[in-house]
Amino acid sequence: MASMADMGGGAAIGRRLINVGIGLAVFVGVWMLLRLIGVSSSGIVLQVLNGLEKGSAYALIALGLTLIFGTLGVVNFAHGALFMLGAFVAVTFNGLVGLSYEEVDPTRTDFLGNPAVIQTPYVEAWFGEAAGQWMIDWSVPLSILIAVPFMALVGLVMERGLIKYFYKRPHADQILVTFGLAIVLQEIVKAIYGANPIPTPAPDAFQGSFDFGVWLGFDANTILYPYWRLVYFLFAAVIIAGVFAFLRYTTFGMVVRAGMADRETVGLLGINIDRRFTIMFAIAAVVAGLAGVMYAPILSPNYHMGMDFLVLSFVVVVVGGMGSLAGAVAAGLILGILQSFASMTEVLELVPGINQIIIYLVAIIILLTRPRGLMGRKGVMEE
Amino acid sequence: MLGLSRKDTSFLLIVIFLTLATPLLLQPFPEDSALAQFNAGYPDLMQRFAIFGIFAIGFNILFGLTGYLSFGHAAFLGVGSYSAVWMFKLLTMNVIPALILAVIVSGLFALLIGYVSLRRSGIYFSILTLAFAQMMFALAYSVLTPITGGETGLQLSLNDPRILGVSQTPEGNIPVPHLFGLEMRDSVQWAVGGWEFTFNAGYYFCAVIAILVFYLSMRIFRSPFGMMLRAVKTNQTRMNYTGLNPRPYTLAAFVISGMYAGLAGGLMAAMDPLAGAERMQWTASGEVVLMTILGGAGTLMGPVLGAGFIKYFENIFSKINDNVLHAWFAFLPDGLEDVVVAIIHPFVGKGWHLTLGILFMLVVIFLPGGLVEGYRRLTRAFRRTPRPDPRRDPEHHPGPVPHVGE
Amino acid sequence: MTTNFTRRGVLKTGAIAGAGVALPTIFTSRANAYTNEPTGDTVTLGFNVPQTGPYADEGADELRAYELAVEHLNGTGADNGMLETFSSKSLTGQGILGKRVEYVTGDTQTKSDAARASARSMIEKDGAIMITGGSSSGVAVAVQALCQEAGVIFMAGLTHANDTTGKDKRANGFRHFFNSYMSGAALAPVLANAYGTDRNAYYLTADYNWGYTTEEAISSATEAMGWTTVNKVKTPLGAGDFSSYITPVLQSDADTLVLVHYGGDMVNSLTNAVQFGLREAQKNGKDFQIVVPLFSRLMARGAGENIKGIFGSTNWHWSLPDAGSQAFVRSFGTKYGFPPSQAAHTCYVQALLYADAVERAGSFEPCAVVAALEGFEFDGLGNGPTLYRAADHQCFKDVLVVKGKENPQSEFDLLEIVEITPVEQVTYPPDHPQFAGGELGACNNGA
Repeated sequence: MASMADMGGGAAIGRRLINVGIGLAVFVGVWMLLRLIGVSSSGIVLQVLNGLEKGSAYALIALGLTLIFGTLGVVNFAHGALFMLGAFVAVTFNGLVGLSYEEVDPTRTDFLGNPAVIQTPYVEAWFGEAAGQWMIDWSVPLSILIAVPFMALVGLVMERGLIKYFYKRPHADQILVTFGLAIVLQEIVKAIYGANPIPTPAPDAFQGSFDFGVWLGFDANTILYPYWRLVYFLFAAVIIAGVFAFLRYTTFGMVVRAGMADRETVGLLGINIDRRFTIMFAIAAVVAGLAGVMYAPILSPNYHMGMDFLVLSFVVVVVGGMGSLAGAVAAGLILGILQSFASMTEVLELVPGINQIIIYLVAIIILLTRPRGLMGRKGVMEE
Repeated sequence: MLGLSRKDTSFLLIVIFLTLATPLLLQPFPEDSALAQFNAGYPDLMQRFAIFGIFAIGFNILFGLTGYLSFGHAAFLGVGSYSAVWMFKLLTMNVIPALILAVIVSGLFALLIGYVSLRRSGIYFSILTLAFAQMMFALAYSVLTPITGGETGLQLSLNDPRILGVSQTPEGNIPVPHLFGLEMRDSVQWAVGGWEFTFNAGYYFCAVIAILVFYLSMRIFRSPFGMMLRAVKTNQTRMNYTGLNPRPYTLAAFVISGMYAGLAGGLMAAMDPLAGAERMQWTASGEVVLMTILGGAGTLMGPVLGAGFIKYFENIFSKINDNVLHAWFAFLPDGLEDVVVAIIHPFVGKGWHLTLGILFMLVVIFLPGGLVEGYRRLTRAFRRTPRPDPRRDPEHHPGPVPHVGE
Repeated sequence: MTTNFTRRGVLKTGAIAGAGVALPTIFTSRANAYTNEPTGDTVTLGFNVPQTGPYADEGADELRAYELAVEHLNGTGADNGMLETFSSKSLTGQGILGKRVEYVTGDTQTKSDAARASARSMIEKDGAIMITGGSSSGVAVAVQALCQEAGVIFMAGLTHANDTTGKDKRANGFRHFFNSYMSGAALAPVLANAYGTDRNAYYLTADYNWGYTTEEAISSATEAMGWTTVNKVKTPLGAGDFSSYITPVLQSDADTLVLVHYGGDMVNSLTNAVQFGLREAQKNGKDFQIVVPLFSRLMARGAGENIKGIFGSTNWHWSLPDAGSQAFVRSFGTKYGFPPSQAAHTCYVQALLYADAVERAGSFEPCAVVAALEGFEFDGLGNGPTLYRAADHQCFKDVLVVKGKENPQSEFDLLEIVEITPVEQVTYPPDHPQFAGGELGACNNGA
């Protein structure tokens, strides 16, 4: 089956419509099936929301991975570590604004019976109590301001300092060097923050849940969804849309897309494709980092969260199809939703253990029915 | 000799010598010297060297020759271990039936998974194998607990049925794996000068098998079948045009390397009769990939070196704690001693992962082609003959290495 | 101080003296009366703890406790810790049986394979006479079986599953930590007291051995109090985001959620449950409640605010007022600057109990040590009067029911003790169905 990228005009649109139709039909089928085994509609909607939120994290990581695959032809096993670094930017900022000076309070005692030490955050001392409290409360969203330049810098250093020497090397060497880098980054974070997860709360304004069901015509209080997770989903949507728009509507993006398709020709045209690829790497790093920052309140960050996500992201990228950005996003959302469906009791009673394997099972089925994943281009990473 | 060229024969003889002399070679430091920490000549680690060597040799038959990068090979290792332990539980503590079953069962799994996965190539193939292996790991860890022992691992118990043998020894213990009465854990120790060497039955059993399968892989590398596999790697399309169907060849290579993995898994269970699910996890599959690349994919000796390198770090460096460091540097003045210990501290003991990660990067940056390449550079430096020979090592290297997905 | 001065040193010296350098002397491994018999003036213990992986922090704390224990045993520490309060007075601070205590460390990686490899290297290479440590039940059971086979003593670290002293018990293995059954027996009355006897409980359970035994223990104990079990759902290890398991809870008619998770999974599932508003929810006219059967302070820190007011059980807590606990907290806190975790406590106590048993037995021989530990009754090690039961090598002692503290005074002050459940209430017969299916077998002296 020819993939969509090499088809032009009306045929492509037609084929695309058919694919979307198949997708919708599968979705409706799954829905009916779930209703049949006794899941309530509101239960399904909730799981769709869970899936979208989980899937948007997969999609953000997979997006960066596939950008790097597509533009640089590099298998980046350190991409999960970038996600983890992002989360730890939030942790670090949260810790920094919480930095306190110490005063001995003779009226209280610590665990050894010595006089206790009372801590007051510096930011409260500097900016006044209200502003200081606000900064501490909003530390996660605020840390985006730091994460963007920091992750861009990390991306630049990684690409210029290491990855660029591996463009012409076999993929096996790329795997080894990026895997080594991922271990090093992980271990550094572990040496600083330890192995246990570190709580990084969302702002108080986003605590609590939002009655999503009322919007969809359900009774009140049937579909409650936490604000922060909705924020995460919207945030992911904005980032993904931003990356797509950037690639589609800017000259820079056009050149990069051309480079993805045929690097040598673009190089022959006298365009400095290398510099643009460096910038693309930095963008991928920023996307992964932001995904991590915003995920920190959902999952308390720990040093191995990157590795945990890495394998799934690879599956997502490949199921989406190598070299296809839209494919990566679609696969992320689909796998996220199916994973949520598989974890429902009603499903588990029918097929015990399905929640453990659903992602891999779906990946196998898709790869066997569609040779290059959902939207893969022919010839990318196929040999 | 044995159907090998003269150079190959001498290479094989060197490998045999090194393997048999391992208990001596890995014990270079006297027992009471501070450097004895780096000795690796104790049974468990030597067995691991041999077993992971077998695993990596087998993996290399697939990856080194055909370029197909399987990310799920640990699954076959796990299957081999489970089969072997079940054989111990149900039939006999003799290791031979256990190993035979391990190889057969892993071969069957490899046939099934290989048949499905080889319908795709490149990274699609990698992800298919990864998916199968991860499914097997996840199920073995959870819902299949009655068969696999789950989190704890499958282990022997005092009331296993064991048709040909006893459930318990007269002393009330679980019997140990043996080869027709020779217990795998039996050792002879030899003290000479300040050194002490341990010759372990289990290690020599593994070593003999390792030599046999190394010889087999040598024959495969040199055979027409091996040439065909290299053709798959070099240009599959061209192969198709010449009317040859590569699928049966790659499938055969996949099954053979799966059986090597199963053999390694069976041996692991024979040396230590417990099969844990973690040996099937993707990290374990990733480990053999790293071993092969680190040592030098496509070379005969590279994967074995890579396996030894990683296992050495895992077992030796993780055991160096501050206490040991202080003992080493006790000769320094107190302040300096603390500084030196503080500098080394992050890289040993609980930091052994960090050292391993840094070494991965250093090796791949400075030694493209892996540890084997480092060895070649060393020998060239010693010969002082800078020959820019493009075919530096016609025996052990299948030539320029265009890799998976290029 | 060198860790390499093992029995081999002495064998070697004998070899040189007796035969000269040129004549090698051959020893077989059967030359000793038992595995790794210490013949020099030192004895080597093996501390096998997770140094990498998700439980690395627990492992680091365990290692600190062991180092402290070695100092106390050798009499080189700033004080003598629990040696002062321990009811048995055989330990003198002169090492064990006059031999100075040395130790080797290894990394279990919280994988049964790696843990066994590490333990084997300690036994084969370093001549360790006893292995101790660990922070998960899978590892404890795997290493315990290995030690049985090799003929050394295993003193389990943090392991909570019933199986360790149930179906997978071994004669050479001993557990001081409490277990799932005890958690259930201690928690259920407190829960019934706090939340009433008419509750519908929903279980989210880690999908592996520890999860199974703990789920069974808690559900049978609470059902005996009148609770109803609505649903039991298994969640994959390291699921990360638990939202898809949490949302169905709200839709069911459950009014209580029991999170049978440990480590990072516990932190994540609890955080998720709070995010989804379970703590503010109302069900069946009651406030919705969350219960976490196994608490640890290190984990509680990861959960942050979310832990407040949540009931759980724990083996030990630094705020216990008895003299033994206070002595330990003082030594540990003075040396490291923060209070010890329950993992540190159980490991410290296990090291002391082993050393004491050797002293009382007068020998390092594993079977003699087993005999000395079996049926041993002691006090002063932090949990009140304790019995090492001969039938299954499990310690029987008081169990703590704790609650996340509402107003912590410091970063360590996260749990408050609600009740100290007396030992009688958590004792069970050795053939209790939750522990059925295994036998100790005979002790093994090895070579």
